[in-house]
Amino acid sequence: MDYRTFLIKYGEIAIKGKNRYLFEDALVRRIRHALLKVEGSFTVRKEQGRIFVDCEGYYDFDETVSALQKVFGIVGICPVVVTDDHGFEQLAKEVVSYMGEVYPNQELTFKVDARRARKNYPKTSMEINADLGEAVLDAFPNMKVDVHHPQVMLSVEIRERIYIYSTILPGAGGMPVGTNGKAMLLLSGGIDSPVAGYMIAKRGVEIDAVYFHAPPYTSDRAKQKVVDLAKIVAQYSGPIRLHVVNFTDIQLYIYEKCPHEELTIIMRRYMMRIAEHFAQENNCLGLITGESIGQVASQTMQSLAATNDVCTLPVYRPLIGFDKQEIVDVSVKIDAYETSILPFEDCCTIFVAKHPVTKPNLNVIRRSEEKLSEKIDELVKTAIETTEVVTVE
Amino acid sequence: MEAYLDNSATTPCLEEVKEIVVRTMMEDYGNPSSKHRKGMQAENYLRESREKIAKTLKVQEKEIFFTSGGTESDNWAVIGAAMAARRAGNHVITTAVEHAAILQCFAFLEEQGFRVTYLPVDHSGRVDLEALKEALCEDTILVSMMYVNNEIGTVEPVAEASAIVKQYDPRIVFHVDAIQAYGKFRILPKKQGIDLLSVSGHKIHGPKGSGFLYVSEKVRILPLILGGGQQKGMRSGTDNVPGAAGLGVAAELAYTKLEEKTAQMQKLKERLIAGLLQMEDVTIQGEAGIDPALGAPHIVSASFRNVRSEVLLHALEDKGVYISSGSACSSNKKIPVSGVLKEIHVEKALLESTVRFSFSALTTEEEIDYCLEQLAQIVPMLRRFTRH
Repeated sequence: MDYRTFLIKYGEIAIKGKNRYLFEDALVRRIRHALLKVEGSFTVRKEQGRIFVDCEGYYDFDETVSALQKVFGIVGICPVVVTDDHGFEQLAKEVVSYMGEVYPNQELTFKVDARRARKNYPKTSMEINADLGEAVLDAFPNMKVDVHHPQVMLSVEIRERIYIYSTILPGAGGMPVGTNGKAMLLLSGGIDSPVAGYMIAKRGVEIDAVYFHAPPYTSDRAKQKVVDLAKIVAQYSGPIRLHVVNFTDIQLYIYEKCPHEELTIIMRRYMMRIAEHFAQENNCLGLITGESIGQVASQTMQSLAATNDVCTLPVYRPLIGFDKQEIVDVSVKIDAYETSILPFEDCCTIFVAKHPVTKPNLNVIRRSEEKLSEKIDELVKTAIETTEVVTVE
Repeated sequence: MEAYLDNSATTPCLEEVKEIVVRTMMEDYGNPSSKHRKGMQAENYLRESREKIAKTLKVQEKEIFFTSGGTESDNWAVIGAAMAARRAGNHVITTAVEHAAILQCFAFLEEQGFRVTYLPVDHSGRVDLEALKEALCEDTILVSMMYVNNEIGTVEPVAEASAIVKQYDPRIVFHVDAIQAYGKFRILPKKQGIDLLSVSGHKIHGPKGSGFLYVSEKVRILPLILGGGQQKGMRSGTDNVPGAAGLGVAAELAYTKLEEKTAQMQKLKERLIAGLLQMEDVTIQGEAGIDPALGAPHIVSASFRNVRSEVLLHALEDKGVYISSGSACSSNKKIPVSGVLKEIHVEKALLESTVRFSFSALTTEEEIDYCLEQLAQIVPMLRRFTRH
């Protein structure tokens, strides 16, 4: 079947009352943006509580669907056949030929679900259901009607034109990005942080990101890997402004001045401080991390409290209750896993102590940080000033 | 300032090479297989290139076959020779320190039912010729050995090895991987008893994707790439005219004033080694570690205790100095470090602390001095911060 139109179903945003149009407009924008990268010419239009995507000329069905499936806010994508209203006889013919083409010689149960958005149509919905059902039954002896649990729900929507569809391909769910503000993602090269970014973006939040690199301990390839991961998240979240912070001098200074087993915690506190600086500079309403309780020494409840201590913005940790395997499952689903497991050193692992503290005492950590007072402000300032910003799409 | 000291990875292309590559892509772009004049014109480039290459080895033009590079030449030599002599025996011999392009082929032959002997090497990386004598048997059909080790620069005794092999049985095919040696040594297959010789273009300032295999007319190997019958049916596929033409020019230039150039490289090598040995806790690996006069003139392998090679590499890169880490180290400890360093029994602590500096005829004394200056600053700094 050569489909030229997709009907876009959206769930949650339909219930947002007076703000509804804001959400719909954001969704239309996101769909348009997602289709920019797809070969073909597409028109996205809003019509009476529905969004339609019309395809003109050559396009690839699978590529288009796969792009639409990455747009948050869409719950279903229906490939539809669109026809002009040339009377009911003609419509019945179209519906029969649709069923014949989509389900050739199949034994199945179905139900017709007609909707009359155009109320001046000569038949009522009930009449349309019955009459179209009969036409299909006449044409295909193998098909039977089941009004309770049909295998095929044949939808016919009567508007200015008439839309026929029976397949709903699943969408990504969530809410359109841009409807819930912006947050700053702490992106490492690992498995967790891209998943965390994906999950918050799914709730309609725009994402910016910050990455800490430590040349010469981490390489340009490690940095490229993070850019690649940001690109994967950006397929869902839209463009990401990635802040690349050179963290080497801060890290070495902490290494020289502070107890070795506290290095990771203190380092992470400075990462949070710098991330928050960029968050505020970019009007972000929160920070996002990929932390999950107890996964590593720096993610025990005590350690999380110790890093959280330096933040004034809320820190969103969508993976907090996830097991590693659950995180991996999402990572695989969003196609980030293969990139995440490329073996490059990241800056958290280079100087990691054999036995880092797992229950840091906040007072002790604060006292250790006082040993940095001589140079740390200057180093942080330099790190912020020399940060490179890359826009990733 | 920039110092490119990774010439064993690849070399910059020469202007003369670029000129002929561009000409054969833009003007004389014909397909040598075409019957018309444009095809003929293109074929002439192949002929001239073969002529130039044959001259450098003192062999016949018909014994030169163009390939896509060193890896293809190695694959073809090893697998093609083993398959051709399959009925004569199923034992093949190579060394424990070969490049992956060779080792992977022998692993493949093992899977195909061949018996493989990997000859051990001594501390300097030289192959144990006694072990070769012992390994040879009635079933032996192929011996493959590298001329210069790509990681540590050790020069293998190929002529001696060939003499041993040929004395045992002249029918055994003797292959040499000369990818790091061609353009640095006078190689004479006829005199040195070499039946097959692999060469790569981009290691001698030629184009990437070019290379050749010398196949002695006395030896039969099977083709691996089948198709339109180009190169006498031995290596099908539309001839890579720009690659072959560029390779011919690069080969000719490599052997022009060769002794002057290698003497210059040797001088630089000794300068670098002397400088390195003035630093604390540096060990030179391979033959040059015994005596800087030994080994290939363009490769220095050095271990810096308590410095991770990859970190050193990136710190030098930041200063415009490009080298290679001798081992594939990473945060993932499961990935093995260099097989060569293990084979020559480099101390465990140094396995991930070894880097390679490699030169070409274009390398200058200024580059060496600049590199040494940078090392003198970076190495002590890196040693201050080590993983506990």
